[in-house]
Amino acid sequence: MKRTWLAAALPAALAVVGSASATGHSTPAPSAPRAPAAHEADPSPEFAVPPPPFTDGIFPCSECHESMPVNMERRELTDEHTNVVLHHGPRERWCFDCHNPTDRDHLRLASGTLVPFTESWRLCGQCHGDKLRDWKVGVHGKRTGEWSGQKRYLLCAHCHDPHSPHFKPLAPRPAPKRPLEAAGR
Amino acid sequence: MPWRRIHLFYRFFEGSLRLWLSGDRWYWLWIAFLALCIGTGAAGYAEQLRGGLGVTHMRDPVSWGFYIGNFTFLVGIAAAAVVLVIPAYIYHWKPIKEIVILGELLAVSAIVMALLFVAVDIGRPDRSWHLMPFIGRLNFPTSLLAWDVLVLNIYGALNFVIVTHIVYRAFTGREYSKRFALPLILFSIPAAVSIHTVTAFVYNGLPARPFWNSAILAPRFLASAFCSGPAIILVMLQLLRRYTSVEIKMEAIWKIAELMAYAMFINLFLFGAEVFREFYSGTHHLLFTEYLFEGIDGHNTLVPYAWGSVFCSVTAFLLFLTPKTRQHPVTLNLGLLLIYSGVYIEKGVALVIPGFTPSVLGEIYEYSPSRVELQVAAGVFGVGFLVFTLMLKVAVPIMTGRFSLEKSPARAGRRAPGPAPEPEVAASGAA
Amino acid sequence: MSTGGKGVADLGVPERRDGPDAPGEGGCAAAEPAGCGPAMTRRELMRHAAVVAAGSWLASCDEATREAFFQKHFRELTPEDRRRVIARLETDAKKRTGVDVKIADTSARPGVEFGYALDLSRCIGCRRCVEACVRENNQSRDPQVRWITVLEMDKERGVDLSHADAYYDRETVPAEGHFYMPVACQQCRRPQCVNVCPVGATWKEPDGIVVVDYNWCIGCRYCMAACPYGARRFNWREPHLPAEEVNPQTHYLGNRPRPKGVVEKCTWCIQRVRKGLYPACVEICPVGARKFGDLRDPNSEVRYVIENKRVFVLKEELNTQPKFYYFYGV
Repeated sequence: MKRTWLAAALPAALAVVGSASATGHSTPAPSAPRAPAAHEADPSPEFAVPPPPFTDGIFPCSECHESMPVNMERRELTDEHTNVVLHHGPRERWCFDCHNPTDRDHLRLASGTLVPFTESWRLCGQCHGDKLRDWKVGVHGKRTGEWSGQKRYLLCAHCHDPHSPHFKPLAPRPAPKRPLEAAGR
Repeated sequence: MPWRRIHLFYRFFEGSLRLWLSGDRWYWLWIAFLALCIGTGAAGYAEQLRGGLGVTHMRDPVSWGFYIGNFTFLVGIAAAAVVLVIPAYIYHWKPIKEIVILGELLAVSAIVMALLFVAVDIGRPDRSWHLMPFIGRLNFPTSLLAWDVLVLNIYGALNFVIVTHIVYRAFTGREYSKRFALPLILFSIPAAVSIHTVTAFVYNGLPARPFWNSAILAPRFLASAFCSGPAIILVMLQLLRRYTSVEIKMEAIWKIAELMAYAMFINLFLFGAEVFREFYSGTHHLLFTEYLFEGIDGHNTLVPYAWGSVFCSVTAFLLFLTPKTRQHPVTLNLGLLLIYSGVYIEKGVALVIPGFTPSVLGEIYEYSPSRVELQVAAGVFGVGFLVFTLMLKVAVPIMTGRFSLEKSPARAGRRAPGPAPEPEVAASGAA
Repeated sequence: MSTGGKGVADLGVPERRDGPDAPGEGGCAAAEPAGCGPAMTRRELMRHAAVVAAGSWLASCDEATREAFFQKHFRELTPEDRRRVIARLETDAKKRTGVDVKIADTSARPGVEFGYALDLSRCIGCRRCVEACVRENNQSRDPQVRWITVLEMDKERGVDLSHADAYYDRETVPAEGHFYMPVACQQCRRPQCVNVCPVGATWKEPDGIVVVDYNWCIGCRYCMAACPYGARRFNWREPHLPAEEVNPQTHYLGNRPRPKGVVEKCTWCIQRVRKGLYPACVEICPVGARKFGDLRDPNSEVRYVIENKRVFVLKEELNTQPKFYYFYGV
């Protein structure tokens, strides 16, 4: 009589414990691998960059998003962030392909690794690997600093708006004067 | 102290001064005209010194212009004296020998003008001393301009020494010293070829300028020099024949005209060879010749000059080739004028400007000389012609015997310091 | 017997003559134009006058002008000479511009050879490099001197200098169907300009920069005829720039204020690169098209570009071997 009671109670207890632990925790299922930390995936040296070009007051994102529910539905934003027009592969991508739904203060790589905004180059480099290679050695992007010493790096976002990366045409500076006028008639 | 020598020289100078200050109305009119040219030139140059070379129309794309074009042409004139030297001294050709001196005087005047054109072209004439060997820092032998500086000065000095020696000896009633003069005269032949070859190499050696960077440039320079230089001499000889007692046979003149015809043939042949290469191969190098003869995109300032030059050269060639037209005074002189004009354009603007147009980056800046450039050029030509005139004014009377030591008596009551000279024993000469 | 009038084929010896016209002491023969009048004192006077004139001109110049006139070539100056020359030039510059200009004479770093690379696929022809260069290098505003020329070319034709336009004037760049190629001194390994200069006023420094001694140049402009890239500029008039735009950090061989009548050109900002900085054009380029560094350093950007990108040089067939490489990054 006692053994049958145990046989019934044990799975029930397990089920209760199991269901209790399944709600609200980010512990992944035992079968999925743990996402590597950013520096493990790409052990490049630290690139000292200026602060990311945030709009004033927008960061940290969690200030607003901590208390908001997550809406994973792919849509056009109408309440907030309406200034962001996505021209970065809009058919293939939308916000949560780069932004992390559960922790807005970080970006998320394809592997699940979280990267801070100060290392957003890791995110861009996933698809733009050739640019990343060039950028790391200083060949891609605006070059300032010292040619033999410390090069000053910029984040991708400092030149390329991540939501609409293509450069807008600039107004050129004035053309040179014709030779006769250049040195006075 | 060789007082006698100094005294003799002073007599020469004195006499020359007198000759320079005496002449008929035409002479003074000519001097006045030259003075006017020189004055205009001086005023123009002062303006250039004040305002910088920007008062010319040269600019970065076309950084050489009228001045260097004239320089190149005048080096050719200077080299042409050799046309007369070779037959005279190698073959002892009597009819020409007497007029070789005149060719050398022209060479000296042309060198003076050529060097002046360089002097007015450089941006910092106060730094000319940088060009002197040892004192400055002459980039010899790498820079062709360094070569040019040397050979032009040497050639000028050489001709000056030769002609002064001969003329001064004649003044003192003596034959020129063969031992002294002949080596110099012989040396002046390759020297004449060298000045124009070096000047050609100045252009030739630049890979940046395809219009000039052709092996044929040096032979073309020499051919065009030999057909244009004698033109002035022939005009001068006819004038001397007419207005002085210097005896010049027409055969000599015709002979020189004939030589010029052959030189012009070579010149035209080489030009034709160049034109064939450019137009037949039709590479990008054609652009410069195209600009010269056809214009590009409506830029065609040089086209009339280019074709005019060809017309003049061909016509002159035909006139000199045919004995009848060569010997008739009207067609002879017409031919001389045509040949001079044709080569003046060919070696002047039609050489320098197309080398720069289009520029190395494809820009077309149409250059034409400014007022200041024309003024200064007039001044330089004025100086050159004045030098030529003054030298002729002394040399011709010496050649005709009207001006000599025995005819220039010592001054009354005054003597050179030192022992009293013998009564003029001009014939046997001094120590 | 007169010798006049007959051909003097040999310019032979005229016969001696006796008689009333015989030369000798006594009065001038008025018939002949030669031989009278005081000449010795006149000649002496002229010669003395010339010497006095030259001497007094030299004496009347102040010491600075005299020193400037006789200044030797930069490479022949002793360190002591150099200090004096630089001090004089700094005083001059202060007088002319009102600004305390500092003129350095930093030498090349040993073992360094500079190189440059420019990405043609990225240049948009905005000309910000041109203006940064003008500001950094104290180029004359009036007359207008610009060391960098940006050429607009047709994508269909490719690099074809005979159809290039430096004077494009557009609302925005890049223009459809066009690409842009900035050209300045290529700092050749076999510089034609150095070969042709008759006074050696331009030479290649050990770190590869081709420089001009503005106080030695005579302004003959042969180097401008020789340069295949149109890199050299001449000061056709006195250069002018407003005092407030003068960059006081200068180098003797680079961006110090220049006089009229001499040649100048891009020196890869010698005053900056010898202090370890990038040239002004590299730093200002908004699209990162310009790269610079030490060709001998295997980790430099230029080495990376040469080894990994498709590079070419302008007018390669002329064998000037430029150290300025163009490439296509994308």
